[in-house]
Parts: sequence; C-alpha cells; structure tokens
Amino acid sequence: MMDGNIRTNTYDDGSTDAATDEQQIRNFNINFGPQHPAAHGVLRLVLELDGEIVERCDPHIGLLHRGTEKLMESRTYLQNLPYFDRLDYVAPMNQEHAWCLAIEKLTGTEVPRRASLIRVLYSEIGRVLNHLLNVTTQAMDVGALTPPLWGFEEREKLMVFYERACGARLHAAYFRPGGVHQDLPDQLIEDIDTWAVEFPKILADIDGLLTENRIFKQRNADIGIVTEEDIQEWGFSGVMVRGSGLAWDLRRSQPYECYDEFEFQIPVGKNGDCYDRYLCRMEEMRQSTSIIRQACEKLRHEKGDVMARGKMTPPTRGEMKTSMESLIHHFKLYTEGFHVPAGEVYAAVEAPKGEFGVYLVADGSNKPYRAKLRAPGFLHLQAMDHVAGGHQLADVAAIIGTMDVVFGEIDR
Amino acid sequence: MTEALNELGALLEAKRNDCVLSWEVTHDELTVTVAPSSLVTFVEFLKTDQACKFSSLVDITAVDYPSRAKRFDVVYHFLSMYQNHRIRLRVQIREDEMMPSILSVHPSANWFEREIFDMFGILFSGHPDLRRILTDYGFRGYPLRKDFPTTGYTEVRYDEVQKRVVYEPVKLVQEYRQFDFMSPWEGAQYILPGDEKKEEAK
Repeated sequence: MMDGNIRTNTYDDGSTDAATDEQQIRNFNINFGPQHPAAHGVLRLVLELDGEIVERCDPHIGLLHRGTEKLMESRTYLQNLPYFDRLDYVAPMNQEHAWCLAIEKLTGTEVPRRASLIRVLYSEIGRVLNHLLNVTTQAMDVGALTPPLWGFEEREKLMVFYERACGARLHAAYFRPGGVHQDLPDQLIEDIDTWAVEFPKILADIDGLLTENRIFKQRNADIGIVTEEDIQEWGFSGVMVRGSGLAWDLRRSQPYECYDEFEFQIPVGKNGDCYDRYLCRMEEMRQSTSIIRQACEKLRHEKGDVMARGKMTPPTRGEMKTSMESLIHHFKLYTEGFHVPAGEVYAAVEAPKGEFGVYLVADGSNKPYRAKLRAPGFLHLQAMDHVAGGHQLADVAAIIGTMDVVFGEIDR
Repeated sequence: MTEALNELGALLEAKRNDCVLSWEVTHDELTVTVAPSSLVTFVEFLKTDQACKFSSLVDITAVDYPSRAKRFDVVYHFLSMYQNHRIRLRVQIREDEMMPSILSVHPSANWFEREIFDMFGILFSGHPDLRRILTDYGFRGYPLRKDFPTTGYTEVRYDEVQKRVVYEPVKLVQEYRQFDFMSPWEGAQYILPGDEKKEEAK
C-alpha cells in the first residue's frame, strides 16, 4: 500500500474504480536503520520520500537508552564517573571532564597544575580520536574505503596512550574529581610527543585522499547547508557552528581548565555545508596536535602531584600503608564516597562533537539528586528533518556523518 | 563574571518585573525563577532583547521533588553566543499542571519537551507532537520520577518458544541493593539490628 495500490478493484456489476493517474503516485516511506551501517549506531529514521527527495525525516531514537540519569541518582559521585565513558564512547575522557568540572565547581576544588595539563593533553587526544573516526567513517558513508583503515591505525596508537595512562583503551575513568587518577610516566609523554610530530604527515595523507577527491567533493559540497539562523534556532554547537563561519569555541570563549594559556586557532568554514565541516575537523586535528605538543612540553617541566589531596580524593598508596587515618579515609571514600554541598551547577566542555554539559543538582549527600547530561548530538539529530529535507536520499548518510552523532550520548 | 550577571539579573527584574519572581547568582551562574504563565513571553524577551540575546537554547530538564506541593522544577538553560553569557530559568509547577511549550520561540525545544514528558510525565500545552522519545514503544510510567524504581517494572527477553520478544514483570535474582550510608552517629533514623534488645532489657 505504501508505494501506491496497484490492484484494480472490480465489482459485481462489472464496474471498476475510477482512477486518475495521480492516485497512483504516493510518497514512499522507508526505514533507514536501525541496522544501517551509515546510521552510526542504532538510529531509526523514518523517511518519507517523494521519488528520491526526502520530504520528511522522523528520527526514532532511544534504542540505546540505558537510563544513565536514573542510575546516577542511586550511585555515589565517584561511581557515576565511569558512566560518562559510555556516553560518547568515541572520546570518553572529554565527558568525564564535564562531570569533574561540575563537582569541582560545587565543592570549590582547585585542581593541581600538572593534573590540569594532563587533562588538556588527554582532552585533545580525545578530540583527535573523535575527529579521526568521524572524518574517515563519514568518507566511508560516501564511498571511500581507504580512509577508515588509515585513520583507525592512528586511533589504535592513541588508544594505546589511553591504556598506558589508565589501563583501559576506551572506558578510561581517568579524570577524577580533584585531578587525574595516576601520574603519567616520563616515557609516555615522550612517546605522545613523538606521535604528535609524526601525525601531521598521516593527516596529510588522509587529506590527500579526500580533500580534492572529486567524488568526495560531489557528495559533500553544498550538502546540508547550515546557516547562522539555523544554528540559533536549533541550538547547534561545536563543528556544526564553526563550519558555518561562527568562531564559537568554549575553549576560547568561556575558558575552562588551563586552555587560556595554550596557543591554538579556531578554524571556521565559509559555506556551512558538509564539506566545510569536514575541512574544519581536519584543521581542528592539526590544532589539537599542536596543543598536545605544547602540553607535552609543559609537562616535562612541571612536576608535582596530580590530585588535590583532601576529602574528595584517595590518599597516596604510601600513606595508606602507614597511617590509620589514611586507611579509614580510603575505605570511606570508596564505600560511602564524598559528600558534595547542596546546590546546582551547569558545567560545559567543548567536547569534540560540541557543547557537552552536565547540570548537577546536589542535596548535600554522597549521591547526586539529579544529573542531566546535555549531549550535543541530541540537538544536532533533532534538526535532521530541517537539514535533510529537500535533499536526496543518498545525502542523508552524508549529513548524518557530518552531524557526528553517537548514540551513546543521544540516548543516554 | 559575577558582577556582570548581577547587573543582568537586576536589569531583567527592572524590565520584566511582571515575569521575574526572584533571581540569584550562585557559582557564577544566574538563575531566574519565573511563573509558568509568563514563561513564553519571558523567553521571547530574552531572545530578542539586545542586552540579553539568549538566542540558543542549551537544555531543558526537570527535577522531581515529591515532598513539595509544587512537585516539579522545570529548568531551562539558555546561551548567548553574541553576548557570551548564560542564564538558567526555573519554573515550579504542580503535578496536575501543564507547562506552556516554548516551541514557537525555540524550535529546538521540541525533543527536550518530549523527553521531559517521557521521563517525568509533564505535559506541554501547544506541543504538536508529544510522543515518548527515549523509552520503548508502549512503555508505561515516568522513569525519572523519584517514586519510579530504578529496576523498572518490566523486563524483556527473546522467547525461543514463541519466537518473539516478550515482556515480563521484573524478577531479580537478588534484592536490589540500595545502601544508605548514614552513620548511626550522624542521625540515622532506623534501628540497627540488635538495638531493639537494649530497650527490652530496660
């Protein structure tokens, strides 16, 4: 029935339904996903097509809904931290960062300088991780096969850096309220720096594959144009904003951590189409690499503790073995957890995908009364109907790709 | 930062005295409490006024306080990319009240309002498409209300005999462990095991 009723009804008296030509033409409804490789996860798009033109696009989300916000209400602040790795699992530490910032804002904790530098270093590694995945898989959505293979090789190296810092390749739980969990060994900083020296060459290779590629350009240029008005109407953030020429970056406009002492440029696009967003991501990777190198340089000289020692953070291992009070503190911290004074804050970071925010309502106990996670992808995907309307079906994949949606954070 | 927000708060109170119930600046963040009836006009004012220009909606969420008469706090976050500041609006409503939808001012409110309806059961008047968004098709209840159990009421599994997914009441192999960490020295309300004997001995 969906593609028009092709049967002609005949009746007892020999008459048939009078049909005009137009009756036969109906819009076609298709399901894009939930298991479509270009849907970047479990997205179900109900598309209404007029021929190949998308008339209406209704995203059905929630297939990966795990009730993170509900679970967080019954767990301590520290136990909640690993949930953040599972939101945007492409760049886990950036999410943890927002949670730590929210808690630190409420408790008024000052993070030691070295920890702050490590956080910047790993946030930028996260940004490269995310953009590598996004740029290359988006290229795969529009027909290129080689970029993901090359990109994933670099991601692999970066995940080894994750592993060497915290023991896990993805679910890091490395940023903690009050600092970071462990200090980095000197050799690791050297290795990251060496990687950052070599990386621009690989980036240039990917650049050579895609930027001037005729097919890639045809599939992306002038597709999914986002205007300044759209940005405000639909609440876009991150590359979706910068691709359209607005130099809006929370690292610069509302600096957190110690981003104000790093030198980096904010790349902006001109046309706001998929191609410009691709170019922005490529340039952001170069800028991130430069921040990584600056952070490594600073980390070589600035030694010190990586945790603000106090009620919120565990005592050092050595103290724990020698002091009874420290042992009690350690036990209490990992069972009861720390208490956060009552109040409410909103803390946001410039995650690779856009503004990732945490709205935290604390009631003075060891568990958050309410935590709302503000995912950038949620708003981006919401505008899908607006952005993809009037485009060809094949462009839907390209647009989803550059919107950079990951369902861990959208469905929460 | 705080000074600028104080100024902004005072300005809002002076200009829209009819809407602003109260305002405060804590942790470098401006929170304005508004009545539900004046919400839409106030949001529109925030969007268009040159000193505010809160043109982009960051977030809408709700907080449940079951013990209060006005049970829900609906919380709006706005950001101005032009003036580089943020604001938080708080609206308190009762359980049986409806919220006005701000969809006409910010189209991006659509999914946020659907999510709040889904999670808290707050209805938004004027919303064109108030379906559930994150929970399962055919889900019942409002998960983020405090009286909704974390385990939920139903569980799903694939039934090999019926060859389809079936919904069943939740069966837990062990009791859901919800610890309270109150120490008896800090005023825990319950009687610790063994303590009841003390009363009997007297």
